Amino acid sequence: MRRVVLIAIPYLWLLALFLVPFAIVLKIALSDAAIARPPYIPQFDWASGIWAFLAQLDFENFVWLTEDDLYWKAYLSSLKIAAVSTAFTLLLGYPMAYGLARAPEEWRPTLIMLVILPFWTSFLIRVYAWMGILSNEGLLNQFLMTLGLIDSPFVILNTNTAVYIGIVYTYLPFMILPIYAALERLDGALIEAAEDLGCSRLQAFWLVTIPLSRAGIIAGCFLVFIPTLGEFVIPSLLGGSDTLMIGKVLWEEFFSNRDWPVASAVAVVLLLILIVPIVLFQRNQQKQQEAEQ
Amino acid sequence: MTRLSWFNTVSLTLGFAFLYIPMIILVIYSFNESKLVTVWGGFSTKWYGELIHNEAFLKAAWVTLKVAAISSTIATVIGTMAAYVMVRGGRFLGRTLFSGMIYAPLVMPEVITGLSLLLLFIGIGLDRGVLTIVLAHTTFAMCYVSVVVSSRLVTFDRSLEEAALDLGCSQTDAFRLVTLPIIAPAVISGWLLAFTLSLDDLVLASFTAGPSATTLPIKIFSAVRLGVDPQINALSTIMIAIVTIGVITASLITKRQMVRQRQDEQNAERL
Repeated sequence: MRRVVLIAIPYLWLLALFLVPFAIVLKIALSDAAIARPPYIPQFDWASGIWAFLAQLDFENFVWLTEDDLYWKAYLSSLKIAAVSTAFTLLLGYPMAYGLARAPEEWRPTLIMLVILPFWTSFLIRVYAWMGILSNEGLLNQFLMTLGLIDSPFVILNTNTAVYIGIVYTYLPFMILPIYAALERLDGALIEAAEDLGCSRLQAFWLVTIPLSRAGIIAGCFLVFIPTLGEFVIPSLLGGSDTLMIGKVLWEEFFSNRDWPVASAVAVVLLLILIVPIVLFQRNQQKQQEAEQ
Repeated sequence: MTRLSWFNTVSLTLGFAFLYIPMIILVIYSFNESKLVTVWGGFSTKWYGELIHNEAFLKAAWVTLKVAAISSTIATVIGTMAAYVMVRGGRFLGRTLFSGMIYAPLVMPEVITGLSLLLLFIGIGLDRGVLTIVLAHTTFAMCYVSVVVSSRLVTFDRSLEEAALDLGCSQTDAFRLVTLPIIAPAVISGWLLAFTLSLDDLVLASFTAGPSATTLPIKIFSAVRLGVDPQINALSTIMIAIVTIGVITASLITKRQMVRQRQDEQNAERL
């Protein structure tokens, strides 16, 4: 009896506040928009039976997503921004994780704490910090102009460059930590063996260290890629009007255009796109767990 | 390897500079006399003074703290239950669905979670306000709590619980006297994580907040959308200071606990 209660409380909570809401999104995505409160016409009701229900499904909103350029461009541009910024995060994060794993043991807890500390600080504040640096009269431009490197300010804020900087900055700890975990476990004797057998240090790094930290690299990349794809705060604060990201499109569709059915359809498609990286990530984690046992 | 090579030193220095310089600049400019955030006009604490008298911010801060305290506490209780069910629950109907629902919110974009919850609240006619934000944050945070707690439960030596049961404890007593003290650090860090997630959240709160309840992130977001504002720098500095003190204290406590645990283990071996 007690066991039933223990299972039932979290189960019912998640059913009511996670699964049911998602079913509603799906339902509204298949409805028509209307100027009313709430602004959509229910396309079907559950009482009329399963066949009536299926007959009434209306994929009009999804067709609309394929017809209007804005949406598929936004999906493609989100994928591109997420992929490019993941690559940059890896380029910056890997050397840092490597340095951490090679740091003297007594420093490591402090250094790790320094990596985690920004993660506990407000995300919004960390994005905001860049607004003062990247603007036309911002510190970066002032600095470059005092050095005499440029005559007129670079336009960085409100461009995709600023979005890339913002993403790399906020998601860097997510890349560093899994790679560090993989590198820390790595047995130094293996690298020595490779060097004894005639590898140069660079070859040993390429042939031994990188493959053995692969699971960490994959985990880090997905931890950056998956949340970036639906990112809203960074493109809306640092990006410009031409920065297309699907999270921002969904937000505007809902709050500015008040087109709930289209916003819901955008959400459904975004989730379908996300299933692929999520499944790959899960598989990587499972493989890693099995390898540890 | 006791010394860092020059390559590692350079990459760590540059990396940490990248992580910390923006925040240091943010803090420095909160003490700027000038209204223009990019021009230094001399040292001043006037923005802090204005912040203290900004009723709208104070009210939002109070709502945010209230929401964070309530939602993180409920999330910790339900999240711990969920972790216990996942690790110890054995088989039950719909176990796969259950674990799917625990992990899905972790990877689900917040805009989707926010949208779906808002549509639910409108569907059942619940007025948007503090209650709806609490419900949203609890759902989101309980998944994080259950992941943190279950990672501790997995490594936990089950024979300790069995010993307690053999020695005459009821199941409840065994949980209260043996399991809970051992998983307590994980439960506490789960609570802290839930609390910070709630303090920090903009997207879910924007979807689920009504005109009667505005949280601090919503206020900050609408202020900085129009450009840089020194009052926000002052507010950020206060938040960064609180977090820094909190994290340093927490790490000192864990360090001391680890030392004590090691001593206990050594003593136990000697016996």
